[in-house]
This record gives sequence, C-alpha cells and structure tokens, in this order.
Amino acid sequence: MSDEVILQVKDLKTYFTVDEGVVKAVDGVSFDLRRGETLGIVGESGSGKSVTNLSVINLIPTPPGKIAGGQVLFHGKDIFAMSSGEIREIRGNKISMIFQDPMTSLNPFLRISTQMVETIVLHQGLSSEEAKKKAIEMLKLAGIPAPEKRIDQYPHQFSGGMRQRVMIAMALSCNPEILIADEPTSALDVTIQAQILELMQELTHRLGTAVILITHSLGVVAGMCDTICVMYAGRIVERGRTEAIFETPRHPYTMGLIRSVPRLDQEAKGRLYSIPGQPPNVIDLPDCCPFYPRCEKAMDICKKKYPPVVSFDNDQSASCWLYTKEARNV
Amino acid sequence: MSDHKVLLDVRGLKMHFPIRTGFFSKAKNFIYAVDGVDFQVRKGETLGLVGESGCGKSTTARAIAQLYKPTAGEVYLDKLDLTKASGQELLAARKNMQMVFQDPYASLNPRMTAGDIIAEPIRIFKKSGLMEASKDEIDDRVEQLMEKVGLSRFFKNRYPHEFSGGQRQRIGIARALALNPELILCDEPVSALDVSIQSQILNLFKDLQDEFGLTYLFIAHDLSVIKYVSTRVAVMYLGLIVEIADAKDLYKKPLHPYTEALLSAAPIPDPKIEAKRQRIILTGDVPSPDKQRPGCNFYDRCPKHMDICKRARPSLKEAEPRHQVSCFLYHKPE
Ligand SMILES: Nc1ncnc2c1ncn2[C@@H]1O[C@H](COP(=O)(O)OP(=O)(O)OP(=O)(O)O)[C@@H](O)[C@H]1O
Ligand SMILES: Nc1ncnc2c1ncn2[C@@H]1O[C@H](COP(=O)(O)OP(=O)(O)O)[C@@H](O)[C@H]1O
Ligand code: SF4
Ligand code: SF4
Ligand SMILES: [Mg+2]
Ligand SMILES: [Mg+2]
Repeated sequence: MSDEVILQVKDLKTYFTVDEGVVKAVDGVSFDLRRGETLGIVGESGSGKSVTNLSVINLIPTPPGKIAGGQVLFHGKDIFAMSSGEIREIRGNKISMIFQDPMTSLNPFLRISTQMVETIVLHQGLSSEEAKKKAIEMLKLAGIPAPEKRIDQYPHQFSGGMRQRVMIAMALSCNPEILIADEPTSALDVTIQAQILELMQELTHRLGTAVILITHSLGVVAGMCDTICVMYAGRIVERGRTEAIFETPRHPYTMGLIRSVPRLDQEAKGRLYSIPGQPPNVIDLPDCCPFYPRCEKAMDICKKKYPPVVSFDNDQSASCWLYTKEARNV
Repeated sequence: MSDHKVLLDVRGLKMHFPIRTGFFSKAKNFIYAVDGVDFQVRKGETLGLVGESGCGKSTTARAIAQLYKPTAGEVYLDKLDLTKASGQELLAARKNMQMVFQDPYASLNPRMTAGDIIAEPIRIFKKSGLMEASKDEIDDRVEQLMEKVGLSRFFKNRYPHEFSGGQRQRIGIARALALNPELILCDEPVSALDVSIQSQILNLFKDLQDEFGLTYLFIAHDLSVIKYVSTRVAVMYLGLIVEIADAKDLYKKPLHPYTEALLSAAPIPDPKIEAKRQRIILTGDVPSPDKQRPGCNFYDRCPKHMDICKRARPSLKEAEPRHQVSCFLYHKPE
C-alpha cells in the first residue's frame, strides 16, 4: 500500500425519508483510502456499511434516499459534482463493486461472455475479440476451469461459489483502482469462502487494486485488511490499523464485539461476554453517544452530547468521551 | 457425561427426496440428502452437527422430528422408535422433543401474539387431552417462560414484527420450552443474528441447559459456535457423518481430511494468528447430492485421496477411543 490517497470520504451524510421519519443511515462518515490498501468496514446489520459504499459511487436510490451532506473525492474530484457521463466512466471501470448475492449484478438472461465483453469493450475500447480473450484470461485467473467453454454459459449454470468467482473476474477485468466488495463471501460456505478470499487477496495484490471490504465477520477482516473502520448507528466509531484495533481496541463497542465472538483457537469455558441490549433504530436518534444505552462505561456526559473523535498516537482514533478532558473533570 | 443414558439414538437414517427428471418421465431420480447416519445423544449433552450448506444437517433434524418420513432407519427417543410410532404416540413424544429454527422471521406466525405463540404447544396438548391446564395456569406459564428467556412479560400481546431478530429467537426458544422437553433440536438458531446478539442467545442456551438439564442437537455451520456449545461434535459431508468425537478431541486432533480443511478454513479474529496460518484450500465446489457415489464422497476434493477411495466407500469406525472417522487413512476396506 502506498501513501497516495485515492479516495476521500468527507463527512458523508445519506438519509432516507420513510413514513416513520428520517432514517439517518449514514451520518457524518469520513475516511481515506490509499492506493493498494485493503480497508475493512465492520458493523452490525443496519449500521450503514452498504449505504456508505453505495453513496461512494453515487448509487443511492433517490427518492427515498438523498445525499444530505459531505463529499466523496476520487483523485481530488467530487463524485457528487460530476456529470452522469463522468460518473459512468468511473463506475465499473475505475471503481467496481461486488455484492453478497452475485445474481444482483449478473443478468440471468445473458451469457457470461456477453456481459463481460460488453463491459470491457465499453470501458477499455478493445475490439470484441480482444475483449473476449481478456475475459477468458480473467476467468482463468479467477480459477474457473475450462473458461473457454464456461464463458458461453448462463449464470444459473454456475454454482454459488463459481458465480462469486465470475463476479470477481468481471469486477477486476477493467483493472479498477478500487474494488468495493460488500459481504462478498457471507453467503458462501467456509471452505469456499477461504477459496474466494484467497483469490481476491492474490488478484488485488497482483493488480495493485485498493479494496473496501464490507463484512460483519471479525475473522475475515483480521485476515484480509490493512485498516479497519468500525461502524455503529451510521457513524464510524473507531478506526485504525488492523493489529491496533484487535490489540488495543479503544471504543467500548469494539472491545465488546471482539470479546463476544466464540473463538476457534481458545478453550470454550463459562459464559461468553455479551453486549447487553440491541442496536438502536436510526430514526430520530438523539444527539448523544448512540452506544450509551448498551455501554458499560457510560458517563453522564455520554447521554448529553455526541462524543468527539479522539486520536491516539498509533494512528488509531475513536469517538468516545472516555478519552477526553471532559470525562476526567466529571 | 458418557455414563448418562442415551436419550436419542439414530440408526441408519436415510432421507431420499424423489425428484422428477421431466414432466412426463416416469423415471425418478433422488436427492440423497441424508444417506445413512448413525449417532447417539446422551442426556444433558450437546451434540454439535456441523457441515457446509446442503450437506443434510436440517434434513437430519427434520427426519428425527418426523417432519419428514425417513426413507430408512430408526430414530429412538428414549425407548420409542419414532419412525414406527402411531400418531398419538408421536404427539406425546413431541412433549419431550422440540425444535428451534434458524429464521426467527419465518418461523413465527405473524398473526399470533408472542404470548399465543409461546402458549400454542400447551394448548395443542390440552386439546388432545394429553394435559390439563386452566387459562390462568397457561398465562402464568407463559409469563414465567418469557422471563426465563429474557423477554418482558409486558410484551405478551405484541406481534412478531414488533420484535428484533434476537427477541424473536427468544420467543422461539420460549415456545420450545413450553412443554418442558428433555431434547431440543436447534437448527442454526444463531446464524441469522448479529455478533452482539448471537453471544446473548448462546449464553441463554447454556443457562437453560444448566437450569433444566436440557439435551441439545445443535446445528451450525460456524465452527467456533459449535466448539463453544458442544460436548460432542459430528461433522457431515454430502449426506454422511464423516467424523464424530468429543469436542475437545475433534478440535485438537481432527482426523478426517475434510474436518482438517474445515478447521483450517475458518477465519480467526486475530490478525497475528491469521498472518501465520497455513490454510488447506480445497479445490472444487461442494458437490450435489443427486447421485450415490461408488467411492468416498469426499474423493474429488480430498487432498489425501488414494486409489482405493474411488472404488470403495469408507464407513464410520472408531479410530481412537470415542472418536469415529470414516476414511481409509484410518482403516482398511473390508
Ligand atoms: N432504500 C432504503 N429505504 C429506506 N431505508 C433504507 C434504504 N436502504 C437502507 N436503508 C436503511 O439504512 C440503514 C443502513 O442500511 P445498510 O444497508 O447500509 O446497513 P448494513 O450495515 O449494510 O446492514 P446489513 O449488514 O444488514 O446489510 C438501515 O436502517 C436501513 O434500513
Ligand atoms: N423437500 C426437499 N425436496 C428436495 N430436495 C430437498 C428437500 N429438502 C432438502 N433438499 C435437499 O437436500 C439437501 C440437504 O438439505 P438440507 O438438509 O436442508 O441442508 P443444510 O445442511 O443446509 O441444512 C440439499 O441438497 C437440499 O437441496
Ligand atoms: S461515549 Fe460514553 S457511552 Fe459512548 S462509548 Fe464512550 S463511554 Fe460509552
Ligand atoms: S477415504 Fe480417501 S478420499 Fe475419502 S477422505 Fe479418506 S483419504 Fe480422502
Ligand atoms: Mg449490507
Ligand atoms: Mg439448513
């Protein structure tokens, strides 16, 4: 990973208007992504991981959604200020995505060849023969056996794991700078998950692609990511290098998460640690620490004001009152 | 635990689902979802059943519960063979064996209140004359159950959609406890839950086991969850149990090549360990159970396969005390 920042998300806010009120799905998220970096976004269901990344490529359904604030800078250029032509040039080419369910991005009625060739021709200006060659080469890299034959098949003729490989091949066929992978292995079995993650890691390292990996699995981020952002109720509550997050988690939510998972490498004894309560509803959240009702370390100030971001010297930061002067004064 | 009585004894259980090849064709094919499994669960223990999607875990549980009529085999709950039991005998046996399902959304009737869902098994028993209970007694029991599983009794009149996933799973557990069963078949009860909620529910299962001496057949695909809950573990692959052992032995010293691969593939939430780990990456996909193979079911993907494995089927045999494995690396073909 280099020091060159290629993507900057600054104070992103994405809201959805529904009957019950305004869902603040993402409410002030900021992070940087460097060339070649693998960044993990972890958090519970509904914490805003997918919405963050759909916002990055400006794919929020409007209405009910809208970008309520902030910027996404790709090489310094604001994605939200781009024309639809400019954004199309980036999406699927410079920034590509893979999803948990490959069928959401594969067209069931078209042969794999048609779908891949179309994208490659569109973005890379190759002839269709050249594009097909490139597509076969990518499928081969992705570990599809007999790609010259399989390429003319339809998506339903592939198993779940193979469809995920096809997706990865398609997503990387245009040599993107950024690959956004939203729960790419959550629907897969462990042995297949291991195959796919290894494939993703190998290909993106070889091609120098930066990855934003969204997952709820702490095990997956531990093995795959350079850096981690932990999301809770629409905000990033902690970020840092992977080793730091696991070794010295600072935010009580991160600490709780790490302690709650049963471990394969440890003896099972006694009760598991568990965070009490449930994640909050992100409609009409009061302006206080959203983790307050579940936090063992909560103080008075936590229910009055949203905590500021506190930076630690190892490049780690957390939004929590524990580490502020205010906390020491009360 | 090994001296406790055997509560559930499954012998040669098979569940083959017929599928028609074409609309007009008479020839039937089968999905060999469960193709001959044997195991025992002793009172008070938790048998963890682990394996990849489609390997036959749920089908095994459903065939035990007689939600499917097994193609072959026997299922003894205590001394009664459920596969040959009469309707009335089966209903009575249900008192002693209940199920909790994976999907806390689909498994609860959306038009019934939490209280009615939990009371339903008692009402069914009362109606069939198997139990006497007044309305007040049922109400008390429901409130007591709700408290046991960590739900406020004030939520009694709420509907499933008004609860979170974790709370719905608690309702499902309370319903399973209503008749005071000895055995609960749990089919992926925490797989759909978030990490923080998953640990709450796992603790609840453990607390209830301690308090009521419950016996669990616990299905999950997450090996760390299985390790945490189980006293014994059975590993399934393509309709068969390939290895079964006490949890600590299986995790310390897996014998079957598939178990080894599974354990090495499961991610561990510690970057230092992950950086050093050697994975056994299996090739190929999980194969389909639409045919019976002449050799070992794992042959195509097995990193250690030998010639014999293609031609003969290994069977589950003891390789070490209380540790059975189905693989020619450990015993010669007959
Ligand atoms: N189209 C939409 N209309 C209304 N609300 C939405 C829409 N899409 C997302 N939301 C809401 O935004 C919040 C964050 O959703 P998001 O899908 O980003 O969560 P997530 O962290 O990806 O969760 P999961 O792990 O379940 O996918 C949720 O409360 C969700 O209900
Ligand atoms: N009612 C059915 N009819 C036909 N096939 C079935 C049926 N139920 C399950 N199967 C098949 O049996 C196999 C095992 O299924 P199941 O036990 O549900 O797997 P899992 O281990 O994921 O719980 C799968 O291939 C599945 O598709
Ligand atoms: S700000 Fe307060 S309530 Fe929030 S995580 Fe920190 S200590 Fe807990
Ligand atoms: S019997 Fe042969 S193919 Fe099957 S698991 Fe053992 S070594 Fe592998
Ligand atoms: Mg999501
Ligand atoms: Mg299942």
